[in-house]
Amino acid sequence: MIMSKSALPDLLDKLIGEYEVYAPVKEGYYSLFKKITAGGEACFDYANSKIPPKGVLFPQSEKLFCYSLTGEGAKIEDCIDSGKKVVFGLRPCDARSLLLLDNVFKNDQYTDPYYMTRRENTLLVGMACINPAGTCFCTSMDSGPFDKTGLDVLLTDIGDAYLVEALSDAGKALVEKFGLGDSGDEQNEAAAKAREAAELTCRVNTGELKAKLDINFYHAIWERFHEKCLGCAACTYSCPTCHCFDIVDEAVDCNGCRVRNWDSCMFPLFTMHGSGHNPRPGGKERMRQRIMHKFKYFVDNFNAMACVGCGRCIKNCPVNLDIREILADIQEEGRSDK
Amino acid sequence: MQRNPYLPLPVKLVKNFTETEDRLIHTFTFQFLSEDDEKSFPYMPGQFAEVCVFGKGEAPFGIASSPTEPGFLKFSVAKVGVVSTALHLMEEGTTAGVRGPLGNHYPVEQMKGKNIVIIGGGFAFTTLRSLITYILEPEHRGDYGKLTVIYGARNPGLLLYKDELEDWDSRSDIDLVCTIDRPVEGWTRRVGFVPAVTKEVAPNSENSVAIICGPPVMIKFTMPELEACGFMPEQVIMSLENRMKCGIGMCGRCNVGNKYVCKDGPVFTKAELNQLPGEY
Repeated sequence: MIMSKSALPDLLDKLIGEYEVYAPVKEGYYSLFKKITAGGEACFDYANSKIPPKGVLFPQSEKLFCYSLTGEGAKIEDCIDSGKKVVFGLRPCDARSLLLLDNVFKNDQYTDPYYMTRRENTLLVGMACINPAGTCFCTSMDSGPFDKTGLDVLLTDIGDAYLVEALSDAGKALVEKFGLGDSGDEQNEAAAKAREAAELTCRVNTGELKAKLDINFYHAIWERFHEKCLGCAACTYSCPTCHCFDIVDEAVDCNGCRVRNWDSCMFPLFTMHGSGHNPRPGGKERMRQRIMHKFKYFVDNFNAMACVGCGRCIKNCPVNLDIREILADIQEEGRSDK
Repeated sequence: MQRNPYLPLPVKLVKNFTETEDRLIHTFTFQFLSEDDEKSFPYMPGQFAEVCVFGKGEAPFGIASSPTEPGFLKFSVAKVGVVSTALHLMEEGTTAGVRGPLGNHYPVEQMKGKNIVIIGGGFAFTTLRSLITYILEPEHRGDYGKLTVIYGARNPGLLLYKDELEDWDSRSDIDLVCTIDRPVEGWTRRVGFVPAVTKEVAPNSENSVAIICGPPVMIKFTMPELEACGFMPEQVIMSLENRMKCGIGMCGRCNVGNKYVCKDGPVFTKAELNQLPGEY
């Protein structure tokens, strides 16, 4: 099907009545996924958003429940959000990150009802990457600029229009609401050309990565990666697959709310015991945890790397640490151990 | 969908007992406000729960009571942070919350038919108390062989559960060895650190399981003594502690290698821990 760019704001307006619509919005020099109130607010002229759209399903800060003590006990009100949502224009890498996060929030024993309820009520309309950024390495992480995995609909920019592919039943139902016409041969060809032209400039070899990480926990290589790291956690806050969080109470006397906030393995307090003992006391241990979690522990547990190659951690690092270089260094090191 | 694992069940604090002479450890006895809630909380020795002080937050503590003692939950808590301090100050009758039970438990099924050696040090005796009480229950006692308990504290005032220790000492179906670090006037029992006492007691490793909980330095020096007695890593069971928040394997902080202490532990055999990095 085909959707002209000039018609898009009106089509988004149609959705806004029925769904909460999240789309990239310009914020100064960067883009962020935000809930829009009019189709015209969305701006699809972007490589990727500064912060990943995972926050639509797993907000940076969210109330879990509110409570108050009563004479007979405690009154607890759950804050599960079951509103229908559409994330419009997310990149294929970010859609893939949600498939990875599903493993975490529905594990072998427990289901997180806050994430999973939102997940079940959210449609994902992807925007293929015709101009991948220099920091993108999705093709090294089992994805690609036109990857359809996890998406309900995929849009491809072909100049003055988008080629629209409905990929799931829910996606088909959504697209039907737009009443779009079929695409012609010329348009299909333009999309195929765009797909071919979308080139990634860098590739990270991950062939031996897991085998190396399986044996190099005590390797001297970990002494150097963290040396210039400030421990600011920008890499984890901007990562679409990072899922660590803290739980705190915000209350006056005995009445208030339990809240969860994004947290980061790069902070010393993250693992500090009440006694003061810290199993990951320094930058070395914390950097190792971040790499090990993404490229070994997650693979052990879910058979997939917890990285989609979006490059945000590279772009946002204030001291230019580049995860691609770290992964390359790990693979180049000899097999000496302990 | 299963019950929301983040929601606490309301309980009433029925007893706030000062357990140690230094007043830093209190034992809290809670009762569920509803019978259905109690039924929805079936637990085993070694499991933990998040105890919630409304207005302050929640923190994870090992369950010190045993499932053979229905009607209440017990936790022994050191005054360390915001939540534990609020608990220490809590008046009896106040409503609090618990969520759980969380984590795995001591492998009481696999331990059947075996001699049990329990070694505890200091304040890490809470889930061991649960296990001992479980084994001593008449219905279970016949399932296990000889029960030896080695328990050490810095001084007599820091021993937990003093009344029960006296009771166990007078019984023939449990061999209790209590020890303190340095001699104290009036103390007529053993004096010495747990590793040295373990060496003296020399528990037989044949058809035995050792469960060891205590400060890292105690474990470090007791392990070689157990090995000298012939205990293999598969026969030694430990319970780990790491900082936790969610308790259900999602918040990401308590992992040791690819295992989460909260969800995959806290109980591991030494053989399992030998496969993991030492981040605990």
